[in-house]
Amino acid sequence: MLDLFSQEEHEHAAGPSVLTVSQLTRRIKQVLESGFSSVSVQGEISNFKFHSSGHMYFAIKDSGATISAVIWRSRVPFLSFTPEDGMKVIATGRVTVYEVRGAYQIDVTSMRPVGAGELQIAFEKLKRKLAAEGLFAPEHKKPIPQYPERIGIVTSETGAALQDILHILRRRFAAVEVFLIPVRVQGAGAGIEIAEAIEDFNRYGAVDVLIVCRGGGSIEDLWAFNEEVVARAMYRSRIPVISAVGHEIDFTIADFVADLRAPTPSAAAELVVPDRFALLDTLRNYWYTMHENVHELVHSRKERIRHLLHSYSFNRPLDLLRQYSQRVDELERSMTAAMAHRFSILKARSESLRHQLIALDPTSVLRRGYAIVRKEGRVVASRHALKPADEISITFHDGSISSRVS
Amino acid sequence: MASTKKENKQSFEQSLKRLEEIVEQLEQGDVPLDDALKMYEEGIELSKACVEKLTQAELHLKKLAKDMQGNFRVIEDDEREQEE
Repeated sequence: MLDLFSQEEHEHAAGPSVLTVSQLTRRIKQVLESGFSSVSVQGEISNFKFHSSGHMYFAIKDSGATISAVIWRSRVPFLSFTPEDGMKVIATGRVTVYEVRGAYQIDVTSMRPVGAGELQIAFEKLKRKLAAEGLFAPEHKKPIPQYPERIGIVTSETGAALQDILHILRRRFAAVEVFLIPVRVQGAGAGIEIAEAIEDFNRYGAVDVLIVCRGGGSIEDLWAFNEEVVARAMYRSRIPVISAVGHEIDFTIADFVADLRAPTPSAAAELVVPDRFALLDTLRNYWYTMHENVHELVHSRKERIRHLLHSYSFNRPLDLLRQYSQRVDELERSMTAAMAHRFSILKARSESLRHQLIALDPTSVLRRGYAIVRKEGRVVASRHALKPADEISITFHDGSISSRVS
Repeated sequence: MASTKKENKQSFEQSLKRLEEIVEQLEQGDVPLDDALKMYEEGIELSKACVEKLTQAELHLKKLAKDMQGNFRVIEDDEREQEE
C-alpha cells in the first residue's frame, strides 16, 4: 500500500499514472457501484438463459444500448412471471462489476412486465404451462365440505374482502371458527406470502376449507394471484381451496387451480356455509314429520287396544291392557307438550336472531341516510382519528366513494 | 390441535345426518313403538343441538401466527368489528 502511494505520487509528476488492470478495475467498480446502487431500467429482454444453477442471465436492451443482467437464484421465487426474450420489463437493482471479465451488469432485485399486453402474455404462457402439467384437472379438484366448522382465510387484514366475508358468515351461519393468516395481497413478494400462508394452513391442519381472496383492482393489483408459487401451493394443498379474487369478470391463475372459484369474496362466503334460515325451516319440517309419524303410531296402538278391550275382554287380563292404554296416552301427551315447548323455543330464538342480524347489518342503518367512514380499511368512529389530507372511504347503502379530509 | 371441547360433541353435520336417518325411518313406519319413541327422543335432542348452532349470533375470528420456531399461535380476535 505504501509502495503504491509513493509510486503514484512519483508518476504524477512524470505523466499519467500507470495502474495495474486490477487497480483500474477496482476503481471503476467503486465508481459504478456507488453511483448506481439503486436503479430502475426499462427495456426489452434478450438472450434469456435460465441456468441450471438456478440463476437467470440475460440482457436488457433498447434501440441504442444493451446491459447484461442477472437474477440470482435466491431472488427467482420472488418474480411474478417467467421472463422470456422480447418481453418489455422494468428491472430494479444495482450495477455491479465482475472484475475477472471486466464486465458490468445489473444485479436485478425485482422485475415486472410493462403494460397490460405484456402481463397478458405472461398470464397466457403460465396458464398453458400449468394446464399442460395438469394443475387445472377436474379430477384433482377436492370437494368443498357442506358444513365446515373451521374456515381458513388468506387475505389482507385491512382489506374490504375480509370484512365482506365476515359480514356474510355472521348473517348466514355464525357457528364457525374463522382463522386468518394476514398477508399482503399485492406488490413484490405478495405471491410468496400467499403461498406460504396456504402451506402454513396445511401444516396447522385444523381447518376444513380455505378461502384465498382479495377485493377488486387493476390487473397489476391482482397479479400476485397469477403467480406460479400461489398456483403450486394451491395445487399441493390437502385442504380444499376456494379462490375469490377481484370482481366477477376477473379471472386469475388461482381461479383455475382452486377447487372452487367464487366470483367475489362475498360470494365465497355464500358458497362456503349454508343459509341458517333455510336449515331452520328444514329442521322444523323434520320436527313435524317425526311428531306426525310417532303420533300416528301411538294413535294406531290405542285403536288396537280399544279393539282388544272390546272383543277379548273376557279372555284377557283387563287391567294390564288398561295400564298399557294409559301409558300410550301419557306418551302422547308428553310428546305433544315437548313439541309445543321446543317450537316456542325455536320460534323465539330464530325471531331474536333475525332482529339481532338486522341490527348488526350496517346497510339497514345506511339506508336511513347514515354512512360509514373508513381509513385504511378500519372504521373511523371519531373525528379525532382523522387529520387533514387523510385518505378516507365513505360507504353509503349503495356503494362507496373515496375522499380526502380537508 | 382442533379445539378439544368439540371432540366429545357431535359435529353439526353428524347431528344433521343422524336426524335425517331418524326422520326417514319414522316415515317408513315399520319401527316398533318402543324404538320409535326412543328415536323420537333422540331426534328431538339432535334437532335441539342443531338449532342451538344455527342460532348462534357471534362469529369467532382468530388470527393464526407463527413464532420464531415455526410453532403456531392462535390469537383471539373475536368480534372486533362488531359495531360496524
